[in-house]
Amino acid sequence: MEVFKHFKEFKMDVLREVGNIGAGNAATALSRLLNKPVDMAVPKVQLLPFEEISEKVGGAEQVVVAIFLRVEGEAPGNLFFILSPEAAKSLLNRLVGFPPETDGMFNEMEQSALCEIGNILAGSYLSSLADFTKLSMYPTVPALAMDMAGAILSFGLLQFGHMGDDALLIDTTFLEGDHEVEGQFFLIPDPDSFAKIFKSLGVPMDHD
Amino acid sequence: MIEEQSIVKVGMADLNVVQQSGIIRTVGLGSCVGLTMYDPELKLAGMAHVMLPSSDIAREGQLNVAKYADTALPALLAKLRELGASPSRIVAKMAGGSQMFAFAGAGDTMRIGPRNVESCKAKLAELRIPLIAEDTGGNYGRTIEMDAGTGILLIRSVQTGVKEM
Repeated sequence: MEVFKHFKEFKMDVLREVGNIGAGNAATALSRLLNKPVDMAVPKVQLLPFEEISEKVGGAEQVVVAIFLRVEGEAPGNLFFILSPEAAKSLLNRLVGFPPETDGMFNEMEQSALCEIGNILAGSYLSSLADFTKLSMYPTVPALAMDMAGAILSFGLLQFGHMGDDALLIDTTFLEGDHEVEGQFFLIPDPDSFAKIFKSLGVPMDHD
Repeated sequence: MIEEQSIVKVGMADLNVVQQSGIIRTVGLGSCVGLTMYDPELKLAGMAHVMLPSSDIAREGQLNVAKYADTALPALLAKLRELGASPSRIVAKMAGGSQMFAFAGAGDTMRIGPRNVESCKAKLAELRIPLIAEDTGGNYGRTIEMDAGTGILLIRSVQTGVKEM
């Protein structure tokens, strides 16, 4: 993991741009789906201890709705699209007209719709990233979970697990105009993918 | 409860101990396994939050022993023994090791939960510590806490509520 600690600010900028392009396209896709403007924050690129990653969504015990896709291809990694249960309900209500139920659970139709929304957003995130880096990247079929953030996110850290106690995360928050739908994209490239991303973008790896 | 209880938190890939009336807890176990060792006579409870099954694949410079099942269990036992626990009295409980996401044609990382559980069991057998209770598997997250006064393990999950064992 030492290698990431020595990433110069310049490299962080490159990764920030990676997040910007990916999430930017996903936000555009969401905006088209909702027929409303969607804003996006400047992506954060951070090397974080495992413990702190779930703090980004309100703590390890916070219940979140997560759509998870494994990224396969030349630069593999994990991609999470994370919403609060309320935001997910609101999104479903607007897009598919499901009445927002109060029991907090999601029925099969709702789960399937959420997976599809996640699929569309993640697909646009990845395809723009693949265009930008000229690396092949394609998503697996999305999986949905509503559970404690710690339990969900730890799954995306396993590839980092045997290298150290931190993971490099590209985090982008976006929100709709009236803040009813707020979500986060977490891209956690596998440790070995960074070299490939930098190489294909023409960033020299050896002069850290 | 009026009496103030000290709560010891165990992070991911971490281990710790607590004695007497304290509580030891770890939150958000997914595929990770929370394993406790308890000496009822000393009211001494230890907990490890294990992330990966084996340190064989470790590529890190300085090994974090609490992260791997094969190194965390002996380390936790050693810590309890330092505090006077007798291996003949120690009993183990564990929870976690779920499979948060199910995929068709999933690779080995997808099965990490069950593998963590298997690896913990193998190591417990090797250390001759009886496993007296477990709540593992499934596809949901768990938060666990042990009361060192009683040795009872409380397991909380979003989908199935609270249970004691």
